[in-house]
Amino acid sequence: MSKFDGIFKWIIVGAAVYTLFLLALIFFAVGDGSIAIFSKEGIIGFITGTDWNAVYGRESFGALPYIIGTLVSSGIAMAIGVPVSLGIAIFLSEIAGKKIRTPLSFIVELLAAVPSIIYGFWALFVFRFWMIDYIERPLHDLFGGTIPLFAKTPFGLDVFTAGVVLAIMIIPIISSIVRELLQVVPSIQREAAYSLGATRWETTKIAVLPYMKSGILGATIIGLGRAIGETMLVTLIIGNAIGLNAIPTSLFSQSQTLSSLIANEFNEAASDLHLSALIGLGAVLLVLAMVINVFARILVYKMVKTSPVGGM
Amino acid sequence: MPKDKGNQDRKQDKGNQIPNYVNTQKTILTMMEKKYKKRDYINKSVTIISIACVIFAIIPLTSILFEVVKNGISAISLEFLTERPGAIGSGKGGIGPAIQGTLIVVGLGSLMAIPVGVLTGVYLSEYASGNNKFAFGVRFFNDVLTGLPSIIVGIVGYIAIVLVIGSFSVIAGAFSLSLIMIPLVTRITEETLKVVPNSIREAAHALGIPKWRISLFIVLKTALSGVLTGIVLSIARIAGETAPLIMTILGTSLFFTSFTGPVDALPLRIWRLASQPYESANAQGWGAALILILIVLGLNIGLRLLSRKNIASKH
Repeated sequence: MSKFDGIFKWIIVGAAVYTLFLLALIFFAVGDGSIAIFSKEGIIGFITGTDWNAVYGRESFGALPYIIGTLVSSGIAMAIGVPVSLGIAIFLSEIAGKKIRTPLSFIVELLAAVPSIIYGFWALFVFRFWMIDYIERPLHDLFGGTIPLFAKTPFGLDVFTAGVVLAIMIIPIISSIVRELLQVVPSIQREAAYSLGATRWETTKIAVLPYMKSGILGATIIGLGRAIGETMLVTLIIGNAIGLNAIPTSLFSQSQTLSSLIANEFNEAASDLHLSALIGLGAVLLVLAMVINVFARILVYKMVKTSPVGGM
Repeated sequence: MPKDKGNQDRKQDKGNQIPNYVNTQKTILTMMEKKYKKRDYINKSVTIISIACVIFAIIPLTSILFEVVKNGISAISLEFLTERPGAIGSGKGGIGPAIQGTLIVVGLGSLMAIPVGVLTGVYLSEYASGNNKFAFGVRFFNDVLTGLPSIIVGIVGYIAIVLVIGSFSVIAGAFSLSLIMIPLVTRITEETLKVVPNSIREAAHALGIPKWRISLFIVLKTALSGVLTGIVLSIARIAGETAPLIMTILGTSLFFTSFTGPVDALPLRIWRLASQPYESANAQGWGAALILILIVLGLNIGLRLLSRKNIASKH
């Protein structure tokens, strides 16, 4: 035993304690910053309120429209993103040969590395016009009169575009985790199904996917966490509506999410109460994200106890 | 699919052997054939659908790379890379302060995160035994930290540092980015160290080397290239973060002056340029996006090529 052994152990335990301290600091800072708004509006009042008025003397803040905006845009992202991610993961792990798999997996991982501000910038100047011309206008012309979901005149900067771009952003994240999970499935599972005469899809359906059921659910929820917390991309393309207007009435409504409103107004906050209201939005977002993440991690842990799959 | 084909052949063979005298069997076989055709049809459609999913994911990547290079390359000049931004809407000047600021904030953030992350990873892999509750907690909360929305990290930097020292500052930005980076580095260090074979540790123990030296100079050194890869990937990740910088470094059109003053950063500059209603500003935004994507994807691609080479030379 060298003398330094004891000291070194204290140093590394110190580093581990520091990470726990950071987590505590996060909760303390967000809680401390939002005390003012919670004591004025009440926690329930703030969460269910729909006003957003920063004018001095008539200040009133409510988070409900942005909670709805967050859930709707992430919901659209999940509805598109999850099936596509599963398709990609199945292709990479079950269908593609090694020669295609390696470069394709590499490309999918590159997509996961593109910063979200670049997705947002591209969506604002390129993808938005594709959405208007090829998807939103045709949908509006066909169903606008009959189905309220497509009623508003499309402008490209709306909750639907935000949801689709969020989907594009989370697809590489979900599909790379699911691909890793599927490749851990023992090949004896597949062989057993094949020997019963199952086709490749039947093998995937009855022997591969169920084996990783809760792991796949966990990966999906990690993607949901990313969609809910994403800021810059959403800020650029969701249209940034305020107050009651931010509650989407159709797919083509402008809206606002918790994080995009924080990013938009943080530097121009008119008063301490306004700032506290923005941090209060952060507190709501933090609770949402934490619940989702803890749940997802528990699911993924249960699946891959020996080598937990990364969620970078 | 060789297996499916075999199946089909077998059924046809059977059909040929007993064609005439067992009529019922024949009908059963044709029914099976029909059912198999349906199953085969479903199998093939799933393959096509999954290929369509892959194409759906590749189109945006192609379009992003194409547009960023096409629109960005005309914006780039020596002036653009080194000068301060000109008057708003003039289209003059450049993104010099943003490039400098990104390097400073990301560099300082990495300095704050790497030692903590690596040491925590060493603790989790080398010192925490199987059923250690504290280690489980550290690991679990690190994973949960990974899923923290980046805007929250910015709020924390604002309250814990900007409000305390009274100014938007490089330090606050770097601290916020370190919050994103620490869990990434911790995880990659732990994962990589766990792959180092136990025989190496045992051999070192048998020689009487103290444990801290084994952990740092033998185990960590063996796994160094993996750990470095993870560190560089997480540097690429924080270099693209925007949201936390809004409330910590604020953004400015001036070059760096002090660690306790505001500074600019590339993602922040892209956001500001995108929000301005001038075409010249948007063109500059494409240029800044090209520089950022070159940094981030360059780090990613370079590392992967390098690590593939390493693996190839080891075998």
